[in-house]
Amino acid sequence: MEATYNYKVVRQFAIMTVVWGIVGMLVGVILAAQLIWPDITKDLGPLAPYLSYGRLRPLHTNAVIFAFGGSALFATSLYIVQRTCQARLLSDGLASFVFWGWQLIILLAAVSLPMGFTTGKEYAELEWPIDLLIAVVWIGYAVLFFGTIIKRKTQHIYVANWFFGAYIVTITLLHVVNSAELPVTLTKSYSAYAGVHDAMVQWWYGHNAVGFFLTTAFLGMMYYFIPKQAGRPIFSYRLSIVHFWALNFIYMWAGPHHLLYTALPDWAQSLGMVFSLMLIAPSWGGMMNGIMTLSGAWHKLRTDPILKFLITAMSFYGMSTFEGPMMSVKTVNALSHYTEWTIGHVHSGALGWVAMISIGSLYHLIPRLFGREEMFSVKLINTHFWMSTIGVVLYIAALWIAGVAQGLMWRATNSDGTLTYSFAQSVNAMYPFYTIRLIGGTLFFAGMLLMAYNVWKTIAAGKAVNDARISEAVAA
Amino acid sequence: MIEGYAVPDFISDFWHYYIAAITAAGILFSLWLLKSQSSVKPLAPGEQAELMHPVWDGDLQELNNPLPRWWMWMFYLLIVFGIVYLVIFPGMGKYAGMLGWSSAQEWQDEKTRVDAEFDKEFQPFAGQDLMAVAADPKAKEMGGHLFLTYCSQCHGSSGQGATGFPDLTDNKWLFGGAPDDVKASIVNGRVAEMPGGLAGDVQGAKEVANYVLLLGGKPHDAALAATGKEKFAACAGCHGEDGKGMKAAGFPDLTDDAWQYGGSEAAITESIVKGRKGGMPAQLEQLGENKVHLLAAYVWGLGGGQKPAPVAPPVPDAAAPAAAPAQ
Repeated sequence: MEATYNYKVVRQFAIMTVVWGIVGMLVGVILAAQLIWPDITKDLGPLAPYLSYGRLRPLHTNAVIFAFGGSALFATSLYIVQRTCQARLLSDGLASFVFWGWQLIILLAAVSLPMGFTTGKEYAELEWPIDLLIAVVWIGYAVLFFGTIIKRKTQHIYVANWFFGAYIVTITLLHVVNSAELPVTLTKSYSAYAGVHDAMVQWWYGHNAVGFFLTTAFLGMMYYFIPKQAGRPIFSYRLSIVHFWALNFIYMWAGPHHLLYTALPDWAQSLGMVFSLMLIAPSWGGMMNGIMTLSGAWHKLRTDPILKFLITAMSFYGMSTFEGPMMSVKTVNALSHYTEWTIGHVHSGALGWVAMISIGSLYHLIPRLFGREEMFSVKLINTHFWMSTIGVVLYIAALWIAGVAQGLMWRATNSDGTLTYSFAQSVNAMYPFYTIRLIGGTLFFAGMLLMAYNVWKTIAAGKAVNDARISEAVAA
Repeated sequence: MIEGYAVPDFISDFWHYYIAAITAAGILFSLWLLKSQSSVKPLAPGEQAELMHPVWDGDLQELNNPLPRWWMWMFYLLIVFGIVYLVIFPGMGKYAGMLGWSSAQEWQDEKTRVDAEFDKEFQPFAGQDLMAVAADPKAKEMGGHLFLTYCSQCHGSSGQGATGFPDLTDNKWLFGGAPDDVKASIVNGRVAEMPGGLAGDVQGAKEVANYVLLLGGKPHDAALAATGKEKFAACAGCHGEDGKGMKAAGFPDLTDDAWQYGGSEAAITESIVKGRKGGMPAQLEQLGENKVHLLAAYVWGLGGGQKPAPVAPPVPDAAAPAAAPAQ
């Protein structure tokens, strides 16, 4: 056993990534449709309340971030930590516990959110018993990951593991602090914080969930799968040191940019804005290190759709991490805040960066887990790539226009100082953009179905690999 | 700081120093980190970057290219921008910044400037008779703008109302339709409350609902209405024996077609069983006298407008109701 890698837990999480991706994005498509046709689920009888927008919305965000994104991170981090430490996971039992524990959490979320149980904190809606379960499973994950690092055969810790390590430590801190709450009943609790403090803690958590769960950890994924797929060394060790530490130090401060022009004290708003702007540099450092790793192998982009996914993901990462800091500038935020622009920005990150880097990584990973040379159909990967890319572009372009239009309509005034448009008029102006968004989102979702088919055929033709031998060769 | 709202950001000086110190430490760390890795000069043409020794997982290796210059300078610039910003604006704990800027003060200044600028637009109509204001096309236009901004959320963009929110276009007024009554509704807001359960159980409520329909001369179940008549005594205290209500106190007329919560048998029954609670917030403090005056005239004219009670001396140039275009 000790001479082989634990592929079982990687396989389990990899397959669930595809499943939860489809579920989470389907809910997203339903929500996008509800914005155009608010009555669409009204006539479903006893089901209707559970499918109302307010209850599905947190289900969508939790499903795509923690079920889809989370499963992708568990799969890849547990694969990478073994392969780059050249050691089997610390404990198979603990690995199973982490897998089944995380699936139970997802299941509880999928039941409790539609039933209306929520703490009301964005991306932290789950009620206190589930919060406790998350903490336990997460600590199990931390022990599993760092335990494997400790027993590594390689002398140096590979750069991908720095990023996974930072994400595991930080998410523990964020989750425990933000979820501090006073239980009232099994399904109801009150936050330990009040008023503007509660808002600040929430967005310190909320933005770092983006910063560490959706960024740092996926950079870990990038640092393994891009050099592997391109067959090229990482561009710069030096750059990875600077952007790793700078990213960790600076991200922690960015939360207040969610609360510009609110009751949050001016000093906190300024710090949120200043550090958000500085964040461009470490973010682009990561993008550079990913994209420049391809130098000398650019021609592979023409033929390898997996690399297309990975490199396009880096481009969306670079774009979103420029857009985000711009939106944190108070003057820009005055226009963009509360508009669809924010939703567009989130999805250029969530679909363009997070989903595409995960999809590319899975296409690299899955054949290896099932003893195949490559996926069942490389052509279908290419089709999936174009569906995803066109889908994201339609989605974010529509919401950029929508958001800017909304912002301008809200601030337009007549010569007597009154507002030119009522709020309902700005809602009315959204219909065409909501429709384009629905088309883009549906295209991206359909791409996931194509992936499921491709994965299914690959698995059917292969056989689960449980005897991948650990290479003994360890360079100094 | 705005008068009366001065709440200190820090409960003790410790937190001020704490914030300032970790902010400075965060920025200085970034600066040191960047400098520590910037010493290596860009590669000469044709020069290869150093390939690091460790190999992971068979073939994973790292080059050690120098930091891209444009990236390095961008990072330095962003750090410098951050430092300059924190010298000029608040951020380092309770240090107020060179400009002494605060968002509260900026808002106050802007509001003062804008109020002064736009009050000139509203001023000509201040104190004018409301019926005269209602007849003025300019005032009507501005009133319409104000209505869309402040009133349409509940009353609808054309004032047609919705379930629970009165229709302002039917010229039927719960609290009186004379210009001053309408203005009073806007200035002070209104509260209306009917207790539930006065007619006993749901069956009793249904009987009373049918009697109410009978009072209004609408289709009803005669047998239910007959038993409901007795129970209506509990309602008559406010709505009157004849169900015509009492405008002065805001008790609704039950015999007209203006149903705020629906006029079907089921809707009336629900109102009787559960009771109703309606409220409109007072607007004077938020909007100021000039805007309220324009709004009152606009709303008054929406449904044609009712003239003041005859005791008030008529204003010579007051527009006749017919002069106000029908909505």
